[in-house]
Amino acid sequence: MSTPADAIPAGTDTLVPSLNGDYRRGVNALWRVLRMALAYRVRFPAAVLAVIGAAIFQLLIPRFLGAAIDHAASMLAVAGGADAAAIAAAKSALIASALLVLGTAVMRGIFTLAHNYLAESIGQSFGYELRLSFFEKLQRLSFGYHDRIHSGDLITRGMLDIEGVRRFIETGIMRLFQLAVLIGLGAYLYMGQDLILGFLCVSFVPFALWRGVVFRLKVRALWREFQERMSVLTRIMEENLAGIRVVRAFSAQRHEMKKFDDWQRRTLEPAINMVRVRYFNTSMMTFSYFVAMGLVLWFGGLRVIDGQITIGELTQFLVFMTVLQMPVRQVGMVINGYARASVSGARMFEILDLEPAIRDRDGAPQLKISEAALAFENVSFSYQGFASEHTVEGISFAVKAGQTLGIVGPPGSGKSTIAHLIPRFYDVTGGRITIDGQDIREVTLDSLRAQVGVVQQDTFLFKTEVRDNVSYGEPGAEDDRVVEAADTAQLHAYVAGLPEGYDTLVGERGLSLSGGQRQRLSIARSVLLAPRVIVFDDSTAAIDAGTELRIREALKELNRSRATIIISHRLSSLMHADEILFLEDGRIVERGTHLELLAQDGPHFGRYRRLFDLQMGAARENAHAR
Amino acid sequence: MPDSAPIRPAAAAPKKLGARGGEEIFAKSVDPRVLMRFFGFLRPYRFMIVISIVAVLIFTLTQIAVPLVIRYVIDTALPAATAGGAAESARAGAVHLLGLAVAVFFAVVLVNYASNYCQQIWVAVTAERVLIDLRRAMYGHLQRVSLSFMDRTQVGQLMSRLQGDVGSLQEFLESSIFAIGDLALLIGIIFVLLAMDLELGLLTLSVVPILVLVRAIWLPAAKRAFVRARETSSIVNSALAENINGVRTVQEMTREGFNFDAFREKAAENLRTHLRATRLAQVMVPTVDTLTGAAMAIVIMVGGNRVLEGTLEIGVVVAFLFYVQRFFDPIRSLTMQYSVMQQAMASGQRIFEVLDVPVEVQDKPEAIDLMKVRGAGDGAVEFRNVTFGYVPGLPILKNVSFSVAPGETVALVGPTGSGKTSTMALLHRFYDIWEGQVLIGGKDVRDLQQESLGRHIAMVLQEPFLFTGSVIDNIRYREESTSREAVERAARAVGAHDFIARLPQGYDTVLGQRGVNLSIGQRQLLSFARAIVVDAGILILDEATASVDSFTERQIQTALEKTLVGRTGLIIAHRLATIRGADRIIVLQEGRIVEQGTHRELLALGGLYHRLHAMNVASFDDLPELTTE
Repeated sequence: MSTPADAIPAGTDTLVPSLNGDYRRGVNALWRVLRMALAYRVRFPAAVLAVIGAAIFQLLIPRFLGAAIDHAASMLAVAGGADAAAIAAAKSALIASALLVLGTAVMRGIFTLAHNYLAESIGQSFGYELRLSFFEKLQRLSFGYHDRIHSGDLITRGMLDIEGVRRFIETGIMRLFQLAVLIGLGAYLYMGQDLILGFLCVSFVPFALWRGVVFRLKVRALWREFQERMSVLTRIMEENLAGIRVVRAFSAQRHEMKKFDDWQRRTLEPAINMVRVRYFNTSMMTFSYFVAMGLVLWFGGLRVIDGQITIGELTQFLVFMTVLQMPVRQVGMVINGYARASVSGARMFEILDLEPAIRDRDGAPQLKISEAALAFENVSFSYQGFASEHTVEGISFAVKAGQTLGIVGPPGSGKSTIAHLIPRFYDVTGGRITIDGQDIREVTLDSLRAQVGVVQQDTFLFKTEVRDNVSYGEPGAEDDRVVEAADTAQLHAYVAGLPEGYDTLVGERGLSLSGGQRQRLSIARSVLLAPRVIVFDDSTAAIDAGTELRIREALKELNRSRATIIISHRLSSLMHADEILFLEDGRIVERGTHLELLAQDGPHFGRYRRLFDLQMGAARENAHAR
Repeated sequence: MPDSAPIRPAAAAPKKLGARGGEEIFAKSVDPRVLMRFFGFLRPYRFMIVISIVAVLIFTLTQIAVPLVIRYVIDTALPAATAGGAAESARAGAVHLLGLAVAVFFAVVLVNYASNYCQQIWVAVTAERVLIDLRRAMYGHLQRVSLSFMDRTQVGQLMSRLQGDVGSLQEFLESSIFAIGDLALLIGIIFVLLAMDLELGLLTLSVVPILVLVRAIWLPAAKRAFVRARETSSIVNSALAENINGVRTVQEMTREGFNFDAFREKAAENLRTHLRATRLAQVMVPTVDTLTGAAMAIVIMVGGNRVLEGTLEIGVVVAFLFYVQRFFDPIRSLTMQYSVMQQAMASGQRIFEVLDVPVEVQDKPEAIDLMKVRGAGDGAVEFRNVTFGYVPGLPILKNVSFSVAPGETVALVGPTGSGKTSTMALLHRFYDIWEGQVLIGGKDVRDLQQESLGRHIAMVLQEPFLFTGSVIDNIRYREESTSREAVERAARAVGAHDFIARLPQGYDTVLGQRGVNLSIGQRQLLSFARAIVVDAGILILDEATASVDSFTERQIQTALEKTLVGRTGLIIAHRLATIRGADRIIVLQEGRIVEQGTHRELLALGGLYHRLHAMNVASFDDLPELTTE
């Protein structure tokens, strides 16, 4: 790809600038996640009911335990316990309490199971939906967008951010309900029983929440800092390993280690700060909890001494506090979940909300092909913000089925840009492109791209068999057609010679193909689709002239029904074309047939001729010598 | 389940790293060798680890102490109020005792707070540092291992070790120390329960074997479900990654719909396996709750009866109830710890597998700095009967001998696979040869410091690899102190200055991911400039101008002629224009030198070179397909 990554093409899928400090977007993201969770109309209320049920049973346990203690204690108070009937009554009361405790515990377990499962199920389904939307969206985002965003960034979003948002449903929204119900209902019940003791039991909650919020605010910034530095470190490691030959060639190991150490240190700093902030706050929370328990013990003890409450009731309050211990420990987790989800959610929605810059106009018709007559009418295009490079201006030409157009010119002169405009990878900024008289922006993308094939310079191989790589554009194409396409691209002999033939795996962990083989595979891919307009974008640079000649021969028959554009540095690839354009700085500076161009000379013309001399000079001189 | 990659002694290190399939997330068993080596990384932090463990134990003790204080309040302080004597003084006595107990309680809480804070911080910080050390060890090792290892190994595979596996050892360290606390808590609770009342203690603890049994049955099934869920996650993620990387091809081929359906299938499977894993995980919740309830019921019934009989104090029953509530936590975390440990073993094996890859190409202890060798700076190069290959028994170069005089420029020509690139690699000692000698400045490269070779040889590689960063930093690369003027001079020399100047921030323009915002030709020019700026005695160009157009190439050609004055040049090329400029041409075929001489000499010879040349093509790419005809 020779498209500038920093350029911002015209269109709407412009990335909203970075998230830095954008608190509001985080809140919006959380709000949206909540609304999306609410859309699970059965599971969500069911989960809420389950969490309330679990909380109620949880809160009943201290009651029954307290009652049991009182049964035992009251009997003790009747000194000597001579009354056999009273003892029998106390014993049966004890059995009843024990059974109640057991039954309540079982119920609590069942409700908790239901809640956890429902919450996880909502979270997972939500993650599934999100993943699909994300996938669907990024497949439709235009080249201009993909040029600008780092693919690693998109992958991180698709993996970690979806995970962060998904987890938030379970650990954020659902846990929050659990906390609210447990603390709210508990406070209500126990303060009703004894205002002061009940109040003391939950007195640590505001403090814990406060620490939690402080923690959240601090960790949010630290987390982002950590992530950013970590991604730099990842990039450094990745580039070092991928470019290990450069590293070795320059004996730059020390330089690379320095870079690595430097960034490791930089990731360590926020990592340790996060640890500090987290544990400082969680220990404070635990501390406040125990302080509250101490106060309950003190004031409750005083009340028992004064005979205002029984020992059983005091036990009840203390056990109530142990019920609160777990949720309070989870406050940190919940808040962490919020912090993560607000960042992740914002990053997710940033992508999901993009409208692809290049999309079908409403009610666009299909492209109707007759002669496959492609015409550029005074086309201009520029990547916003990237001054002159790769810009084209005032390009006009026409080519139709059976004809070949050649484009040549120095790097950065806009050759590939022209290729990319035809299937609407980018939209023109001036003029128009038509196929059989239809403006390509007025027809559906699918029908356009089905008829236009661009064979790229760089070929992306998918981790699958050779067969599937060739038939990538038409999954499930018959084997003989795959072979035919491969044969046309002069790839068949090689593939057939492999032990596993077309079943050979390519890509990571599979067969690695040479540059020339990859380009031939790319040609086969396009040929299989039989597009009516085909563009070879310097796609034979790594193929030797002889093979190229044979490919051209093989394509001859097919080319009668299609318009062909050949972009190349190598004149031998395109000198047979019906028209050749010489591009310089995005403009056509010379045009004509090979012979016409050779005839041109003079200070302002003759670029083509000079190029020809450069490339062929040696050969011709040699021919002369003979 | 295939065997996970075993750790082998350094001598027989694996040729290829084991695949990192989902099934190998867990190692089969505890591997003492992994543990021993892991402990080696802990050595520098042993003091921190010891005091962390002390803090963990103190923390555990305070946790055990809390119910005991409550018991004291219920059994001793409160009854004092009703125990005979004047009501007024009895109350005062009780309040005094209560105050004392609460004071002790607060003291315990303070210690609890301090130890809690310390244990967590110390453990986490130590774990972070160990992580950094492990990653550094691995990364540093990868800088030294032989290139043939790197050639065979996928970057992604190494990255997952540098990130994921290192992380799971970090987690293991953290959770191990906390596990010590859990174990202590468990033992402490058992001890206190039995000490308070043997009979009630034993009865209450009778639920524990049931729990252990249930978990033992549950664990294998749950683990399978978890592993499967992780596998499907990694399948989904790699499908996503591939689609992101290949998105342009996807759009070109209008395969969006098909890919979406395929992805949906994978995502649905992922959803299904995750829900199954959740179901299995959640089954334990009511089980533990039921057992807790049963234990509490036992305490109430048996303990309550004993209280009625007057053989047990109420406070003991209350304390029992507190302990029962806490009892299952450590059991749960300890069984979780087991999974963490298995995972860490698998990760450890993968990490140490990398660390065990032998460094084949090493400096000898007495290796010389090439810069200090007299006369070496002139850059004489000689190959003496060199035989070399990547796979044993399959030599790429066969008995190759040639020499290049200082200042001479030699072009290497030959079909793909004839050994041109290998020849260049050997000069830099990327690999060690099988037979013969490679000499620079009259010294065998094996006797030289590799570092000094890098300073003496500048290479322009076939793949113009650039780093993310500014243009100027890319040209300077290792020589960070190179002046702006020198960088610009180099850029001008290769004809890159014009396009650099047109970039938005000129030389300070930050290149995208490995220079995606430049054309391949432009990337090649930058990589050429990078080689020129170091001012080395020997310049190697490995088909460095393949993707440059003819105009630019001529510019480079002129630059090259200038740069090569007083330097030794070795050029692999396939374009006639490049080749003709050389003082001498060496024609390689199937690892042997078949012809050498000047352009004219070779033409006159009428051999392979002549034949290629006569085909009237401008380039020598992929020659075997031409010659076999």
